[in-house]
Parts: sequence; structure tokens; C-alpha cells
Amino acid sequence: MTGEREADTLERDFQHTVDADQRIEPRDWMPDGYRRTLVRQIAQHAHSEIIGMQPEGNWITRAPSLRRKAILLAKVQDEAGHGLYLYAATETLGAAREDLTQKLLVGKQKYSSIFNYPTLTFADVGVIGWLVDGAAICNQVPLCRTSYGPYARAMIRICKEESFHQRQGYELLMTMMGGTDEQRAMVQDAVNRWWWPSLMMFGPPDDASPNTEQSMRWRIKRHTNDELRQKFVDMTVPQAEKLGVTLPDPELRWNAERGHYDFGAPDWDEFWQVVKGNGPCNAQRVAHRNRAHEEGAWVREAAAAYAEKRARGLDRLAQQQLATGGVA
Amino acid sequence: MSVKSSWPLWEVFVRGKRGLNHVHVGSLHAPDAEMALRNARDLYTRRNEGVSIWVVPADAITASSPDEKDPFFAPSGDKVYRHPTFYAIPEDVPHL
Ligand SMILES: [Fe+2]
Ligand SMILES: [Fe+2]
Repeated sequence: MTGEREADTLERDFQHTVDADQRIEPRDWMPDGYRRTLVRQIAQHAHSEIIGMQPEGNWITRAPSLRRKAILLAKVQDEAGHGLYLYAATETLGAAREDLTQKLLVGKQKYSSIFNYPTLTFADVGVIGWLVDGAAICNQVPLCRTSYGPYARAMIRICKEESFHQRQGYELLMTMMGGTDEQRAMVQDAVNRWWWPSLMMFGPPDDASPNTEQSMRWRIKRHTNDELRQKFVDMTVPQAEKLGVTLPDPELRWNAERGHYDFGAPDWDEFWQVVKGNGPCNAQRVAHRNRAHEEGAWVREAAAAYAEKRARGLDRLAQQQLATGGVA
Repeated sequence: MSVKSSWPLWEVFVRGKRGLNHVHVGSLHAPDAEMALRNARDLYTRRNEGVSIWVVPADAITASSPDEKDPFFAPSGDKVYRHPTFYAIPEDVPHL
């Protein structure tokens, strides 16, 4: 049974590389489950960046100043970039880009549930930058050391850019908090609506997250969902105090013994409902993505036709030169 | 919905500033080299990360096998005398 023994050796070498905190690179041998898990996770992450453009994109044309409009455009453009870095990482694992795009369009692959909530006022733009990008940073910083090289490198690029996202959001909110009572109420309202969905971004509690253990063993994941959620709460509470808003959780208080904030449990039924497709904007987000994809088809086709025509022209030119023995 | 044959994959290399080598930063899809360059500019240099970009069709790259114990790299493995630290020189010899 040499084949079996060989597979054992390969698996051992792989785990050894991972345990030594070395990176796995695209052409290395890897277990099928590792490859499958990565493709699923990175694709879902890429889809989240792409769909994540919509809630904020909603406000670009109605930004209150040219400054805010330029910032918001740049931020939304970054999210498109993040999606593309991540799709590129999945392709190093043998996934096909069109296939992933298709799976998003028909709803066969998911994206982060946070983007199924609506953006009702301009304060939502600030709160998304502060809380949603803040939670994303919490999730993503450890992924800069994830075991798969191309994913880790994509995350490093993304994390560098996320810091602008979070800061512009917080600055926007500070500006509004320094404004009228009405503006302050708008900020508080947005915080009330986004706080719990932000906590849900870290995924279900550890005891309801059966895949975490294997992912940690492969060092795809470096912290559990609950660890990251706690870290996010600890980081965010002092920022909320400084801003002058109240986080909508009566159970939120400092626990000196633990050295962490205690906080209440999100409504996990709501979470699973949104995951299943019953959130306030699920249908709208996917429909919009489909529309954008279809409306862009003629551009993709025209560019491909132009490239083909030019390639043919260049071919002919080369043949003529060969025939005449001349160099233009 | 017609999915026309997809655009080819390009690998992107960026020179961060004058005096540095081009470094691989990732990949993208584009119909031709010109568009690949434009897309690479928008995707990988939104914050002055580069002064020069190369794009290379991904299938034009020939790579060595990734195995660390690959005999391909063996020729350099046993030639410690190629490194300056191989040579013992007394501490009091200056500038060496
Ligand atoms: Fe992002
Ligand atoms: Fe972001």
C-alpha cells in the first residue's frame, strides 16, 4: 500500500509546515478539505466585499458635501478592490472566477449577512465605517497570518486600506455629534440599528460553530468567533464613550475580574433568519448584483471582441513581415 | 444570459519606487495587455504603490516545483563556501 503511505507522508509534511507557522503556497500538496474550506471561505469573503458596496453606494449621490462624496467613492472603490484581491486568491486554488460569480448571482454562495440591512440615513455611512469595518478589521487582522499564502497576502493589503475606512466613519460621526440635536439623534439611531448585526458578523457562538476546530488546526482561523467578538466589544466601548453614544445593550458593563466587558447575546434567531435569506434586503442585494452584471455584459463582450480583432490584426502584420522578409 | 469566454488571467508585478525590483502583487482578468495594465493600475496602485507595472499572461510563466526538498535546489545546498561567513579571519584584520 505505497499509495496510502505516500498520502500519509504528504499529509504529515503539510501539517508540519502549518504547525511551524510556515505558509502553504498554491502548488504545494494540500488536503482536499483544506482546499475546499479555503475556496468556500475566501469566495464568501470576496462576495461580501462586492455586495458590501451596495449599502454605502446607496448614499454616494446624496453625500452632503463634495469632500464626503469623494471619500465615500474612494471607500466603495476599495471594497471592489478587496473583492478582486480575494477572487484572485481563490483562483490560485483552482477555482474559476466566472463560476464563483455565477454562484453569487444565483444565490448558491453566501456573503456576510450584515449587508442585508438597509442604510436609512447618512449617519449609517459613518456607523458602517466605524462598526462594520471595525468588526471586519477585528476579523481580518489575524487572517494576515492565516496559513494559506495568497489569502494572507491579500489580507495584508486589505487591512492597510480598512484603517482609512474605519477612521473616515468615526470622523464623520464626530462631525455629526458636534452638530444639531437632530443629527445626534440620527447617529444614535444608526448605532441602535447596527450594533447587534455588527456583533453577529463574527459568526455563531463557538458551541454552534462546528467547523472552527478543524480550521484552527489548519491555521486558516487563528481565533474563535467568541474570542474575536469579545475583542471587538472591548475595543469599541471606549470609542462609543468618546463619541457620546450609547450602545444598545443593558447588560454591557466592565467586568474587572475578567478584565473584559460583559455583554448580552445577540438575537441568534434573527441571525439565522437573515442567513436563510429572510433579512430586510437579501432579495434586493442579489437582484441589484444581477442587474449590474447583465447591464455590464455588453462592455465585457465589446472588450473581448476588440482584443480578438487586434490580436488577429497583429498576426496578419507579422505574417506579412515574414513574407516580405521586412521589419517595419 | 450569455457568459462569453472569460478574459485571460494576468499576473501583475509592481515597482514600488525607483531603485527597487518589480514585485509580484497578484493577478487579474483582462481582455488584452493594454486593459490589463489599466486594470492593474486601478486595482493595485490606488495609493501611489507603484511607479511601474508589468503584466504577464499567467500561462506564460514557467515555475519550478514548489517542494522544499526539491533536488532542483540541491546544487546550492552544499556549497557553504559561497558565503562570506565560511572563511575564518582574525578579528583584528580591519575592513574585511
Ligand atoms: Fe473591505
Ligand atoms: Fe472596508
